[in-house]
Amino acid sequence: MPDVDLQALTCPAPRTEHAQVLLGHGSGGRMTADLIRRTFLPHLGNEFLAALEDQATLRLDGFSGSQRLAFTTDSFVVRPIFFPGGDIGRLAVHGTVNDLAVGGARPLFLAAAFILEEGLRLADLERIAASMRAACDEAGVCLVTADTKVVDRGKGDQIFITTTGIGLVPEGCRLSIHAARPGDRILVSGTIGDHGIAILSVREGLEFETVLESDSAPLCGLVQTLLAAGLAIRAMRDPTRGGLSSALHELAEASRVGVKLSEPAIPLRSEVRAACEMLGLDPLYVASEGRLIAVVAQPDAERALTVMQSHPLGRNAAIIGEVVDQHPCLVTIRSPLSTERIVPMLAGEQLPRIC
Amino acid sequence: MRFLDEYRDPAAAEQLRQLIARTATRPWTLMEICGGQSHTIIKYGLDELLPRQISLVHGPGCPVCVTPVEQIDKAIRLASRPDTIFCSFGDMLRVPGTTRDLLSVKAAGGDVRVVYSPLDCLKIAAENPQRTIVFFAVGFETTAPANAMAVWQAKRRRLTNFAVLVSHVLVPPAMSALLSSPARRIQGFLAAGHVCAVMGYEEYEPLAERFRVPIVVTGFEPLDLLEGIFRCVTMLEEGRIGVENQYARVVSREGNRQARELLSEVFEITDRKWRGIGVIPQSGFRLRPTYADFDAELRFPDSAADVPESSLCISGQILQGLKKPPECPAFRTLCTPQSPLGATMVSSEGACAAYYQYGRLQAREELSRA
Repeated sequence: MPDVDLQALTCPAPRTEHAQVLLGHGSGGRMTADLIRRTFLPHLGNEFLAALEDQATLRLDGFSGSQRLAFTTDSFVVRPIFFPGGDIGRLAVHGTVNDLAVGGARPLFLAAAFILEEGLRLADLERIAASMRAACDEAGVCLVTADTKVVDRGKGDQIFITTTGIGLVPEGCRLSIHAARPGDRILVSGTIGDHGIAILSVREGLEFETVLESDSAPLCGLVQTLLAAGLAIRAMRDPTRGGLSSALHELAEASRVGVKLSEPAIPLRSEVRAACEMLGLDPLYVASEGRLIAVVAQPDAERALTVMQSHPLGRNAAIIGEVVDQHPCLVTIRSPLSTERIVPMLAGEQLPRIC
Repeated sequence: MRFLDEYRDPAAAEQLRQLIARTATRPWTLMEICGGQSHTIIKYGLDELLPRQISLVHGPGCPVCVTPVEQIDKAIRLASRPDTIFCSFGDMLRVPGTTRDLLSVKAAGGDVRVVYSPLDCLKIAAENPQRTIVFFAVGFETTAPANAMAVWQAKRRRLTNFAVLVSHVLVPPAMSALLSSPARRIQGFLAAGHVCAVMGYEEYEPLAERFRVPIVVTGFEPLDLLEGIFRCVTMLEEGRIGVENQYARVVSREGNRQARELLSEVFEITDRKWRGIGVIPQSGFRLRPTYADFDAELRFPDSAADVPESSLCISGQILQGLKKPPECPAFRTLCTPQSPLGATMVSSEGACAAYYQYGRLQAREELSRA
């Protein structure tokens, strides 16, 4: 042993706060939450933003009836712009439609802003536009206004799309991530992480026996089916960036409850599992773009599951956990060996392990 | 999934748990060497399953955690050069250097790229002839063959714009250092299966003899670990020393001959500083003189002095198995994966990160009561 004083062994001083934006600030995990809380909310905060829902629901003067307006926006910067199961245009429609849908709204109108990089192939842009149109038709929304800007080559990554959407929340529908109660069950509409791993496998050239496709899909149909069934649904979310973990942490924090998951119950494709094992990623943090999380009062949970499973987008739905009053704001998971551990919120980017 | 589910089977795990409980008649302290093993233990709560007499301490087998801060600082300076593309395994990007990390270099405009294989760097080198590609070659004997292969191929292909910043460390000298420490409390080892897949386990036999300890070469799945623990406890109870191989489906006594030949072709043994432990003689690899052209430290000489490691963090004691992460005053408060004080919190294989990621409610409740 080298001649050292064991008690004196320590590590270097902590890093100072980041003076710059890091990629991790866009991961949908703790760094993103900090950016919103520390940088945006102090300047821009108001009662609507502070709710931190996927959409704002608004009452407008002169707006008839007791319906509320749902309003949201989202930007899409995915690389590659074409991937198995979708493309950036389709994703841009689904992302905003889904953020409206999980608030219980029927999506109506979209706006799109395109930032194009000089040199983007026009044929590719046309392909994206056609794909957006098909996605709008499928979701029953109409793209009613748009804007285009072009930036110098090297100042963008082919194409960035921002979509903004409005929809209507019917009378009496009060879904909110603040509404979860102990005893509620947590349902997911299908396998998790397909989108994230599909993108990663194209980006990194990983190959599987079958082509893994993104799960990108409009959730408004599934949501409407669930709402029409008259179930006691408290909240819905789509587990996009930061995956199941981020979505459930936001729910736990907003409702001041604990969430208890069962690992064997979570639907996972074997390709996604294999890729995660190989790369040292945790599927709980990997994005889906067409999956729904629903928090349902316990007496209605089994029926909600049946309704989900009867919809084409919910065939692999499962009850994956419950809301508890122990450990508020904490998400835990029971392993296949029946031990229980904490699921922390994603720190920054999920970094692949060395070995 | 084949080759995974059979090693995570709850019924088989329960059987092994009972076997361990029946076998252990008194307290034993075992160390699992590898960070990947610590990860599985904490993720599956194996230490909670074990009888109370068995305590596991987490060894220094996380390459990210033991890479000294001077090497991180060197990497940061290299990555900041405008003519350089700095390539690394993802884990290393968040390790704090003296003042910043590689992620910050990237945000400030440095070309820092995550690669999954060092061989990807050769492709990047061929595509960017005007720039120098530096790969951060860290890790134990496990990552060393692929890194050696990259250097060997670069030489064969006469690539002049590729270099490696080598910070390779070796397991047996670290075990020897831990066992020589007066603070030693480890009675048996679970050796790192993947390291042994490359090196075999011959070199552990003299260690077992010299320090009178049982060593069980162990895999990474929950059942591998439980079986490794069972075999190690059995050896301790029977007073046997020596090396046993639990991970026989992957590891042979002589290891991977081709990989070992490649390692000795490209690398030679050298002294290495370990973060949190200090310099351990003959405990790492450096490039042989015939491959000096690919040595980033020779190509970009850099006179960095030793950086003293002193502050709140106790990762040195954690890397030696003297303390557990929740015993650190900064754990979960000042030190988290998004703002790590020490390297053991950075890599998902680091003991602190494993506790943070997979921290048990029980431990948390005990802490909050304390």
